[in-house]
Amino acid sequence: MSKITHHIPEEMLRAYAAGTLPQPFAVVIAAHVSLCDACRAAVETEAALGGALLSSMAPAAVSSGAKDRLFAALDSAPPPPPQQRGSGIFPAPVMEALKGQPPRWKMLGGGIRQQILSADAEGSLRLLYIPRGRAVPEHTHGGLELTLVLQGSFSDCEGRFGAGDVEVASDDVDHQPMAGDEGPCICLAATDAPLRFRAMIPRLLQPLFRI
Amino acid sequence: MTPAQRTEQTQWLLAVRDRRDREAFGRLFDFFAPRLKAMLIRSGLRDGSAEDVVQDVMISVWNKAAQFDPHRAEASAWIYRIARNRQIDLYRRKPLPEPELMQEPESSEPDAPQILAMEQEAAQLREALQKLRPEQIEALRHAYMDEMPHSEISRITGLPLGTIKSRIRLGLDRLRRDLTDLRSQ
Repeated sequence: MSKITHHIPEEMLRAYAAGTLPQPFAVVIAAHVSLCDACRAAVETEAALGGALLSSMAPAAVSSGAKDRLFAALDSAPPPPPQQRGSGIFPAPVMEALKGQPPRWKMLGGGIRQQILSADAEGSLRLLYIPRGRAVPEHTHGGLELTLVLQGSFSDCEGRFGAGDVEVASDDVDHQPMAGDEGPCICLAATDAPLRFRAMIPRLLQPLFRI
Repeated sequence: MTPAQRTEQTQWLLAVRDRRDREAFGRLFDFFAPRLKAMLIRSGLRDGSAEDVVQDVMISVWNKAAQFDPHRAEASAWIYRIARNRQIDLYRRKPLPEPELMQEPESSEPDAPQILAMEQEAAQLREALQKLRPEQIEALRHAYMDEMPHSEISRITGLPLGTIKSRIRLGLDRLRRDLTDLRSQ
């Protein structure tokens, strides 16, 4: 995917690699890195520095039997569990969140569908399906929202986002993403706080849909 | 640590990958196990737990060796990532989601000039690292080795968060500039 133009900010990639991001964001970033050579290179460059720091550590002596125990364990260690593979438009981290199953969409009205993949204290992760040319109800959110396009495109006040692009929207963005004309737009969206819709009706529905 | 030594470690890992070479694996253990243990101890693990994690990491190195690609990483970077993710999973409620593996074409031949260029870049990065002041190296070790969010670093070191963050950035920026300087020589 050479046409990716909206990437993960460097600070956020670093926080991902350090394991300090909420799980929903970490899934979106792992999914974007699966699709984006530039961000994969950034993560791997960071690892080069980690490796240099590791090599420069003053060695701490390991116990005398450790090496023998390791070699004895090599043959008896259970083989690693098979790695989840990507399927269609869904890269491996999304398939992992889907537990290997195709999406089970719930209708939200106006042809918009979603599947909630997780919703807890860390935030929410969901797949969204927006029909061609339709808009998601205008909303703000208390925290940060990351949206990765998996198919089609959407546009809002921040620009146009195509497959592989990520929009990072902070709580001061009041946006109304609209799907492009080329077909339905499917996105992976993560928040660290519940969304707030501007119009009264969607706001009333919010507890129902947990978006 | 000279570049020649580093290439040796990558050679050992390639021998493990391509021939399941146990002697080479033993050499990897001799070099990395004490350093991995030091990394885990500095992040707060006790001696025994640190050794258990080192064993886990080295078994993963053995099992995942087929995924090692010398065009994209040296042995130290690849092993660091395995260890770092294992370390992170110890304190996260859910395992850290990892990107999908890159699919390599079946019959791709090693691109020697590219591997060499990558190793030279990595050697330059190590040289640049050695030029940093001790407190900058310490800030980098916090960021790359410790089991804590950035907000906790300030509590432990008594430094305001902004200072730590700017130190990390300055450290990396200096690394990058040094690399650029070296490249243009």
